[in-house]
Amino acid sequence: MTGDEPLLHAQDLVRRYTMRRGMFGKPVEVRAVDGVSLTLRRGQTLGLVGESGCGKSTTGRMVLGLEVPDAGGVAFANERMPLPGTPEWRRLRARMTMVYQDPLGALDRRLDIGTQVAEPLEIHGIGTRADRPGRVEALLRGVGLRPDHARSFPHELSGGQRQRAVLARALATAPDLLVCDEPISALDVSIQAQVMNLLSEVQARTGVAMLFISHDLRAVRQMSHRVAVMYLGRVVEEGEPDDVLHAPAHPYSQALVSAIPHPGRRGGRIVLKGDPPNPAARPAGCAFHPRCAVAAAVCAREVPALKRRPSDGRLVACHVAQGDAAAGAGLPQIAMEAA
Amino acid sequence: MLRFLGLRLARALLTMVLVVTFAFIVLRLSGDPALLIMSADAPPEAIAAFRQAWGLNDPIWEQYLRYFAAIFRGDLGQSMRDGRPAIELVAERIPATLALTLPALAIKLGLGIPAGIYAALHRNSFADRAVMLLAVAGFTVPSFVLGLVLVLVFAVQLGWLPSGGQESWRHGVLPVLTLGIGGAAVLARFTRSAMLEVLGQPYMRTALAKGVPWARAVRRHALPNAAIPTVTIVGFMVGSLLAGAVVVESVFSWPGVGRLLVVAVANRDLAVVQCILLLVAATMVSANLVVDLLYGVLDPRLRSAPREATA
Amino acid sequence: MPPLVEITGLTAAFDGVPALRGVDLSVERGEAVALVGESGCGKSVTWLAALGLLPGKARVGGSVRLDGAEILHAPAATLDAMRGGRIAMIFQDPASSLNPVHRIGRQITEALALHRGMTGTAAREEARRLLDRVGMPDARRRLDAYPHELSGGQNQRVMIAMALAGSPELLVADEPTTALDVTIQAQILELLAEIRRDTGMALVLISHDLGVVAETCERVCVMYAGRIVEETTAADLFAAPAHPYAAGLLAALPPIDGPRRPLAAIPGGVPEPWAMPPGCPYAPRCPRHVAGCDAAVPRLSTVAPAHRAACIRPLPEGTARELMRA
Repeated sequence: MTGDEPLLHAQDLVRRYTMRRGMFGKPVEVRAVDGVSLTLRRGQTLGLVGESGCGKSTTGRMVLGLEVPDAGGVAFANERMPLPGTPEWRRLRARMTMVYQDPLGALDRRLDIGTQVAEPLEIHGIGTRADRPGRVEALLRGVGLRPDHARSFPHELSGGQRQRAVLARALATAPDLLVCDEPISALDVSIQAQVMNLLSEVQARTGVAMLFISHDLRAVRQMSHRVAVMYLGRVVEEGEPDDVLHAPAHPYSQALVSAIPHPGRRGGRIVLKGDPPNPAARPAGCAFHPRCAVAAAVCAREVPALKRRPSDGRLVACHVAQGDAAAGAGLPQIAMEAA
Repeated sequence: MLRFLGLRLARALLTMVLVVTFAFIVLRLSGDPALLIMSADAPPEAIAAFRQAWGLNDPIWEQYLRYFAAIFRGDLGQSMRDGRPAIELVAERIPATLALTLPALAIKLGLGIPAGIYAALHRNSFADRAVMLLAVAGFTVPSFVLGLVLVLVFAVQLGWLPSGGQESWRHGVLPVLTLGIGGAAVLARFTRSAMLEVLGQPYMRTALAKGVPWARAVRRHALPNAAIPTVTIVGFMVGSLLAGAVVVESVFSWPGVGRLLVVAVANRDLAVVQCILLLVAATMVSANLVVDLLYGVLDPRLRSAPREATA
Repeated sequence: MPPLVEITGLTAAFDGVPALRGVDLSVERGEAVALVGESGCGKSVTWLAALGLLPGKARVGGSVRLDGAEILHAPAATLDAMRGGRIAMIFQDPASSLNPVHRIGRQITEALALHRGMTGTAAREEARRLLDRVGMPDARRRLDAYPHELSGGQNQRVMIAMALAGSPELLVADEPTTALDVTIQAQILELLAEIRRDTGMALVLISHDLGVVAETCERVCVMYAGRIVEETTAADLFAAPAHPYAAGLLAALPPIDGPRRPLAAIPGGVPEPWAMPPGCPYAPRCPRHVAGCDAAVPRLSTVAPAHRAACIRPLPEGTARELMRA
């Protein structure tokens, strides 16, 4: 990891929301993201996995500068992320783009595909009016659509084709970074493979860096050069995909990996107790400890830091995995659902 | 809960202050009560005396403040026309108005809601189309047109019912029908769409999948959910019990609050207009408050907090 | 003895557009069968149609026999007793599948009253026992909770408890874990397996996820464009799929080990229901397509013992692996 500069570096990102519970409730502070650091290199993909409420999408929006972190900061190409709405921030929109989960929601159903793909070109003043149709055609071909799809409207395309159109629009400005937030989870299995192949192909061709946010470990392995596992607003483990998938170090990663449905395998699955926790009622110490089978007493008191494990250098935030505490037998379940 | 009620009450008060102020400004700037009540060819001395007596020569903001202070003392002023307390004038008209609007409300609820439910349950059937055709007609035809049509048919052509006045219960039939049919149409349309929305929900399928017979599923699972949006419009109808009959009372020369309002506005009889507006605003605002509280009773989701937090 | 449920030639159409084009499927007592396929293939519609749960505008034909007795278009009273009493069904989105204005306890006791004649304290006690049975923490207190006060996983447990209330012989689970998080999905699948072990209840699992299916069911039916195109044991399907579509689905799944290379994606998309190819509906996407495929819709026929496929050129055993590696 020497030589090339990271394209993007996020340091200790924190994002808090206040949430009111019901009509008469008191506002509660929710830490959606609680100290996340990420590094992305040119031409590489970082996979971000975790369950709903773990803060992976919020992290993606902060990385893009769409949301301002309450603490910490993002540096893109060695420049500090400008504030939203400033001219510098607007220029950056061309260099970092996003692909969403729901392609139909991401497209304007009243405009044809060609107009929507050309839109970023107009906004950022790329090329001349005359060469725009040619560019749009090239972009559509690049994502496996036909040039005549430019005249189609979103509802006339299939789910996979819509996601291709969204990708063409995201690639129009030849961005350096593409944030994909659950880009395949709304698609059918056979179409998921098409879109994953397309994303890899685009990366090989253009060298775009990607943040691939997903709850699907198989997809993350397929797409990523590195993977970070998030739980309740923090990264609990980070490493090479095959290392994390084949020998997960954090007990939560272990449970996630064992929950991957696997043709031909039966049994031997770690079934976690309880529900995914509520960010508004974060347990003390390690946030995972109430569901953890090996939690020791220290886990309920101290927040484990994400650091390199002495044995193999894996980044993991766990007292037990680090060898700082002996594996316990789990802690009695207490107040998992406060309120 | 108290905080919520306090907030709603404060908002209700503000609404009423705005209504009163608005009425004062519009009425006082649009015509001279002295000229309207005394008639334009009255001797100038009489008009001056009238102005003096009612304080119409004072600066307008002074009149406004005086009027406002009086309201807080519970004094809604006197009619400029006959010098009687405005509240008295209005109060004696209320029974006549309610005699129209209450039976009309019964028709709206008794006809509109069942028709809407029936249409939704038999979607696209002949009955559904017929109900909706009638509803759209009742919805779009203004009440004075409907009133005149009813008069033409039942009073002029058939001679079954009187066309105006308030001598017997038979005089009330046409105005009540005019009011009721229009409202029933609105309610039928609304209930139908609320029902259709609910019938398409996954929990209805769940109820059937666990063996709940269709009629019971409609009664126990669909109706309570469809009631939630319907309550809004019913609340609005209850809120307009006093004010909803202005046009119809005029068409049928029915001596209710609505006709009093029309006359008072024509005469710029400020105190009477204000008094009616205040009363109407008060009923509307309290009906709204009741609707808000009813929501809480009908929909448990509004009583306590959702568990979910944002990602 | 006839099978528990026997579906033959089941068809369904909405406004003249067919969704099911003749489904044949039987479920034996106590067995776990999976119905897999992509969205719009008819896997959910098959069971909604069989239980008479489709909206009135749907045109349903064919035959569905429960224990030998026809239940398709049966009288309402027969269907009401059967639904929840003999065949229960749970759905994808547990939050919206429960009535938001009724307490959990009431929704369960309603089923108990309908199918077991239980009321009052006895019903409430049984509802608590059922919630306990499905692993709901603090079951007694949860009887008074509303669905919005519970998490997605807990709501799915409530759905399962409600389904168990009538002691059904068959539970149809329509994508029961799709809306849930991965770790919660594992909990629910585990729970379903456990209940089956305890009660001997048969299970039909409707899913788009081959992995989920493989772990839960003995037998798998793959559906495509309103028909079953392959039917075999779970083990067989994953080791030696015969229909190119089934093989394609398996190949499209990213592997969790081995070298990473482009996935063998199935080209194109599912044909629109109003623009079906003349012959095999998979032909336009099929790598093994020959002229004969367009002549007629292939029938489901035996390719190996207990293994049927609707394909005139099924993959010989062993070649599927090759195809998946390609």
